[in-house]
Amino acid sequence: MLEGLGLSSLDDLFTQIPLNVRLDRPLNIPYGVSEMEIVADLRALAARDRSAETLVCFAGGGAYDHYVPSLVWALAGRSEFYTSYTPYQPELSQGVLQVLFEFQSMVCELTGLEVSNASLYDGATALVEAVNMARSGSRGRVLVSAGVDPRFVDTLGSFGRGAGYEPEVFAVDEGRGGTPPVGEDVAAVIVQHPNVYGLLEPAAEIFGMSRDAGAKAIQIFDPLSLGVLAPPGELGADIAVAEGQPLGNHLNYGGPYLGIIAARMADVRKMPGRIVGETLDVDGAPGYVLTLQAREQHIRREKANSNICTNQTLMAIAATAYLAWLGPAGLSELGRQCASRAAYAAERLTAVPGVSLLFPRAPFFKEFALRMPRPAADVRDALIDRGILAGVPLPSAGEDVLLVAVTEKRDKGEIDRYAEQLGQVLAS
Amino acid sequence: MSGAPVRTQGPGRGGTIKDRSVPGRRAFSFGPLDVPVASVPAEHARATVPGLPEVAEIDVIRHYTRLSQMNYGVDTGAYPLGSCTMKYNPKVAEEVAAFAGFRRAHPLQPDQTMQGALEMLWRLERALCEITGMARATLQPPAGACGEMTGLLIMRAYHAERGSDRAKVLIPDSAHGTNPASVHLGGFGAVPVPSDPRGMVDVDALAKLMGDDVAGLMLTNPNTLGLFEENIVEIAGLVHDAGGLVYYDGANLNAILGRCRPGDMGFDIVHINTHKTFATPHGGGGPGAGPVGVVEELAPYLPTPTVERDGGSGPFFLEHDRPRSIGRLHGFHGNFAVLVRAYAYVFLHGADGLKEVSELSALNTNYLASAIAPDFPLAHPEVRPMHEFVATAKPLKDETGVRAMDVAKRVIDLGFHPSTVYFPLVVEEAMMVEPTETETRETLDAFAGALRRAAAEARATPQLLHDAPVTTPVRRLDEARAARHLKLRWD
Repeated sequence: MLEGLGLSSLDDLFTQIPLNVRLDRPLNIPYGVSEMEIVADLRALAARDRSAETLVCFAGGGAYDHYVPSLVWALAGRSEFYTSYTPYQPELSQGVLQVLFEFQSMVCELTGLEVSNASLYDGATALVEAVNMARSGSRGRVLVSAGVDPRFVDTLGSFGRGAGYEPEVFAVDEGRGGTPPVGEDVAAVIVQHPNVYGLLEPAAEIFGMSRDAGAKAIQIFDPLSLGVLAPPGELGADIAVAEGQPLGNHLNYGGPYLGIIAARMADVRKMPGRIVGETLDVDGAPGYVLTLQAREQHIRREKANSNICTNQTLMAIAATAYLAWLGPAGLSELGRQCASRAAYAAERLTAVPGVSLLFPRAPFFKEFALRMPRPAADVRDALIDRGILAGVPLPSAGEDVLLVAVTEKRDKGEIDRYAEQLGQVLAS
Repeated sequence: MSGAPVRTQGPGRGGTIKDRSVPGRRAFSFGPLDVPVASVPAEHARATVPGLPEVAEIDVIRHYTRLSQMNYGVDTGAYPLGSCTMKYNPKVAEEVAAFAGFRRAHPLQPDQTMQGALEMLWRLERALCEITGMARATLQPPAGACGEMTGLLIMRAYHAERGSDRAKVLIPDSAHGTNPASVHLGGFGAVPVPSDPRGMVDVDALAKLMGDDVAGLMLTNPNTLGLFEENIVEIAGLVHDAGGLVYYDGANLNAILGRCRPGDMGFDIVHINTHKTFATPHGGGGPGAGPVGVVEELAPYLPTPTVERDGGSGPFFLEHDRPRSIGRLHGFHGNFAVLVRAYAYVFLHGADGLKEVSELSALNTNYLASAIAPDFPLAHPEVRPMHEFVATAKPLKDETGVRAMDVAKRVIDLGFHPSTVYFPLVVEEAMMVEPTETETRETLDAFAGALRRAAAEARATPQLLHDAPVTTPVRRLDEARAARHLKLRWD
């Protein structure tokens, strides 16, 4: 091949690189190894981790140990999907495009809103995109309930330094509610429901205040709550965002997950990212394409409302297969199971001397905050030694607060054992 | 050789999963509820049933399997999509990412239970720093565009600490659209830098644009035309002399692995697209990962948390207490399972293998460029391309009226994914081709053969190209109609 190019060595291909920047030594990383060696290396590393495989997982805080049915990754794992690029050539990409169209449809069905997209990076960055949609002209301020996950608020703060806003947190009362100081300069009011403590928010009431002041109402929701909880569209949210991990995606130590966003049709041209639309081909047959691309960075460049290019399509494919598996009855049963198991767990755990609910009078869905008689991190560490991942400490609420999540996978025996072991740890 | 999905797949093309819905049919199963039933308070309860499909498991399997067969991937055929680096994704990476210690780990588990994952991240960070010539890196950005935001927020923080509110970031006119979009979202104004007649940054024009209002320059090298910016040291010097920072967009890192390093060229901030250079599969649009490396002076600004090691040899931990950090740019630690795959790729190849990657990608690129040049000449024939090249269909269009898009659609009928077309914007009838190092000579010959056949057909029977494709599940789609009559969900 070199000969045909009139070259004598591979080095001749790189003569453009000026001599003073050429690397005159091998990279200081080990030489390549065989496949079996890399498997052994990573197997050894993975074996040093604990995980929901060996610990009974009551950890939540935005990522949950829901059951991932076998079919999900049997389908999303098909390499025709996962080795393809963004569907710029629609005739070769009808598979991915149609799945994304179905994903958008399912998100609209879940949320009661009118338009969605092909996914964003994760829940926290989806919130950033929602805020970018809401801000315009003299409306720049962003009000965030104190019931919103602090990691979401931190992420918003980081991006806000570029865009020119600082999220303003408004107080909640007994863990929920509160009154956002809305005004004519407010772009958005953000409520998480269920919130960071797992509590159900009076979202419709807060969104009403937001609407009256002309600000966009943004809800952060849990997609698997929507079989039993009223959807964002009915609560009056203008934009809804979620961490989509619970929809058939593995925990993966935090990623890849997917950001979900849904909005009203009036705001479709402000939506970030890829949107799939149905159309016809030259023979009049229906097919799918990326549409409204004139919003996006590759066309609008610095005038685009988002810089997102690569998204989380594969996770959206998994979510679509999962929701097809679940169906409306499954979604409702899942919600019933989570709510029931969480209620039972809260009852058992608060029966342990010294343990109480942080907000005893507020309703919750699948997650609740406990006040422990000693630092939550210590309690968690002690229970890890007993095979239980007891939850996630919530230092923003106090050193002694532990957030406990209960999915459909946690059976009575596991919950009873958690309560017993907690009792022993606290008695020791 | 054909990897393209074909028209007749399964019994009929029929509908969405919703169209298969039959009331009462179900695929899910859960264990019995062995605790007392509790329900959410009535004022919070959902009154409507969401319109999800009601189908059996076999329906789900057949529907999405059929859709997968209507999709083209690297595993089905060559994918020489310029600027996307669609190389083969080693299967071993899928296997290791599925180890339970990675896949089933909760992101908020305490560090002492995650020593394996943290060590993996720690080693990967160091390898990426060595490859790029940077001092430290964050693995948190979930994609390249988020990496760009990370870099711009670092620039902002750096200048802010020096009491300066520099408002402009310079970008070559050939840059990818994410660059100006990120600059705007980072709170800066994007100022284009013109290219010279050879497709390189016009150094004189750059010098005139420099000033104390310039926060930095974003550059891809080799650039979007696949050409190495030979004046890069001078360019970086100009920016540094004016107090600015130089940002390396890693879109084209595949070209220079083990040959040269952005850090040695004078770059201060580097983002890497693992889904390009390090073969983490692109997933039909994502996930990717966009690690960002920086020089020592900028390390304090990296996002929180960073992965650290106690005393250099003790336990690994996530450091959250970093007062000068730009903060968090992802809900957790980024696309961790993508990073596992990147680690597998980097250490499978090693120092020798990575150098070979850039060598073979340059060899394949030049071989292919030469093979199609009689019909599709290089846009800048005076400079040797590296890992990708930009050819033009303008002569063919002038001769036959057949455009680059028609050629691309005909190539589909001939069994291949076409190249990128109409990018970069600065080249008329652009065809941006990136064969990558993983294609064999036989595949390159076949792809070149398809392009040359299309050119011959353009001269003899141009209608064939205007009508293409005809073998695919759908033919050319009406994009204007899609935007005019928005149908973005099922009825």
